[in-house]
Amino acid sequence: MRISGAQALVRSLQNEGVEVVFGYPGGVALPIFDALFDVESPRTILVRHEQAAVHAADGYARVTGRPAAAIVTSGPGATNTVTGIANAFMDSIPMVVFTAQVATHVIGTDAFQESDMTGITIPITKHNYLVKSAEELPGVIKEAYHIASTGRPGPVLIDIPVDVSKGEIDYHYPETVNLPGYKPTYKGHTKQIKQAAGLIAKARKPLLYAGGGVLASGAWKELKELAELMQLPVVTTLMGKGCFPEDHHLFVGMPGMHGAKYTNYTITETDLLIGVGVRFDDRVTGKLSSFASKSKVIHIDIDPAEIGKNKAADVPIVGDAKNVLAAIVAELRKMGAEPHTDAWMRVIDDWRSRYPFHYHTPEGVLMPEYVVERIRELTKDRPTVITTEVGQNQMWSCQYTHIREPRTWVSSGGLGTMGFGFPAAMGAQLGRPEHLVIDIAGDGSIQMNIQELATAKINHIPVKIVILNNGVLGMVHQWQELFYGERYASSILNQDIPDFVKVAEAYGCLGLRVTDPADLDATLLKAFEYDGPVIVDCRVPSSENVYPMVAPGGSIDEMLGGIPGGPVSEMLDDELLEEVWE
Amino acid sequence: MHHTLSVLVENKPGVLMRVASLFARRGFNIDSLAVGITEDPTLSRMTIVVSAEDTPLEQVTKQLHKLINVLKIQDLDPKEMIDRELVLFKVNAPPERRHEIIEIANVFRAKIVDVGKQSLTIEATGTSEKLLAMEDLLRTYGIKELARTGKIALARGSKDA
Repeated sequence: MRISGAQALVRSLQNEGVEVVFGYPGGVALPIFDALFDVESPRTILVRHEQAAVHAADGYARVTGRPAAAIVTSGPGATNTVTGIANAFMDSIPMVVFTAQVATHVIGTDAFQESDMTGITIPITKHNYLVKSAEELPGVIKEAYHIASTGRPGPVLIDIPVDVSKGEIDYHYPETVNLPGYKPTYKGHTKQIKQAAGLIAKARKPLLYAGGGVLASGAWKELKELAELMQLPVVTTLMGKGCFPEDHHLFVGMPGMHGAKYTNYTITETDLLIGVGVRFDDRVTGKLSSFASKSKVIHIDIDPAEIGKNKAADVPIVGDAKNVLAAIVAELRKMGAEPHTDAWMRVIDDWRSRYPFHYHTPEGVLMPEYVVERIRELTKDRPTVITTEVGQNQMWSCQYTHIREPRTWVSSGGLGTMGFGFPAAMGAQLGRPEHLVIDIAGDGSIQMNIQELATAKINHIPVKIVILNNGVLGMVHQWQELFYGERYASSILNQDIPDFVKVAEAYGCLGLRVTDPADLDATLLKAFEYDGPVIVDCRVPSSENVYPMVAPGGSIDEMLGGIPGGPVSEMLDDELLEEVWE
Repeated sequence: MHHTLSVLVENKPGVLMRVASLFARRGFNIDSLAVGITEDPTLSRMTIVVSAEDTPLEQVTKQLHKLINVLKIQDLDPKEMIDRELVLFKVNAPPERRHEIIEIANVFRAKIVDVGKQSLTIEATGTSEKLLAMEDLLRTYGIKELARTGKIALARGSKDA
């Protein structure tokens, strides 16, 4: 039976098991939306801005591990997806973005709503396609989902001219792909795995440094097994948060610019850093030359280009984290290796007890850290997904939440995209309908995609937005205070504009406000129990900064703020240190 | 340090742009680039000359490998490769000096491919060094226009049986 290109697209999505499409129609996208109109699955969610469609697909993928789809029209609809695609690319999130395009015969003529989407998105996609005929379409979609979700995942864009979606074909979905230039390495090299196991068995001050790759690979079980077998302390990056339970005694926090002092001391002092699915990002390493400078480095990553990019590896292992970690565990068992990190853990625990995160609470003032802490405590016994925006709200969320379940933490890492958290929360809610989904937001970030309240309300997506409303662009304000002589250029918003309670109500959502810390618990619980989207406007002081903090370009063991201490050379207890070597 | 990369790619629209833009966004300047289809019409070979230290070059090579349309990359060893370039020189040549220029062309085994009233056009092939030497000599007569193809190269065949 002959079907249209647009119908073939929908059939292909069904073949790929895509459950949800986030989209926004327009002229040349109409054939596709018309075809989607006929089907139950995938379900189409109409957003209010194309950027949100991509962030929602991103949030969905982060909590499920499965790629969703975003479908938009040409020109402005397509260019509006760019930030979302760049965000997914930086964080290696699988997705396929379909942009409609003007008809093939007018491509290149500056036609109405024409933009060169394959050209624009080359640097921010894993791969992209301009489809020239309807016959190619099913094969291209098959390849796109394969490329997006295998190897190091990432976004793939498919640009579809309107005559292609209208063209008629005999539908056939290919079973396999033929991509001679794309062969990710999954299995680690045996010799290097043995070498890694040997180093781990001998190390006195080892440290696992786990990132987003562990989540992408689904390797959290193997990571935990390795950590427990050899009693290895674990730090997880912002992208890796949740890949190791944060209430585990071996968990030592998030490293980097706003990590805990004890975490950064541990990295600075380790003699064997085992990086798994990490990229030694500058927000983690600070000054590279002093990052883990006493340490040998094992670096496991599926992307060979990450290994040695920022920090040289003594044992590079290209492979899938799940495979490689399992192989290392097997090797260690075969060797009969035994843990000997007791004293090293005591050194770390000593730092941990002396340098916890802390903040001061003036009488009757609602502190942002307190809000995050109460969210953590009130959701302790229920499955919860936390998403964040970007800036202070994100850093306090990193510091004060304890994520225990993999893929329940959703935050924009590499690109640092304000406006990500709320649409991503919608996607997360659709991916995990039984979970409570909370977006911890700032008053700046939330205004970048606040129009999605309509999407959430109309589609019954009951996400809870908790705004840490301090009336300023908090992180910018903090840097201006510390490094720009307290000149607050363009960083002052206004706590009362907009009135977030009224905004919520205008969209048919519940709006709540907290000013007194005594009311916080009751208000949060009311929000969590409410059957629908909620905004909780928490009025917090603009003077509060995120501490501790590594100054840009500084060594990570020399931090501003927090409990005085550091660099690590001054922080070592000699007696404890001796025990490490006994 | 100059590196000559021989990159085998799928012969598809847009591949050149993917490769060229990758060099640009990773901060590399391409000295020369030559592309053409190979013995297999579905594949093209790009010969790319870049100046880079070894470590950054390794990074860009790894990034290049990640392009779906790139099949194979060789960083050719200057001692183990055959490389050629073709240049067209249009040289000022008043009738009284023509024979000197023709003599230079002969020395370099180059060909005169066009004769004008006041100019000669010379086609020369060879290694970049040879062509530079020739260019130097021709400069005294005044080079009106010059076009070069960019280097192409292949690894030498194995000497073992």
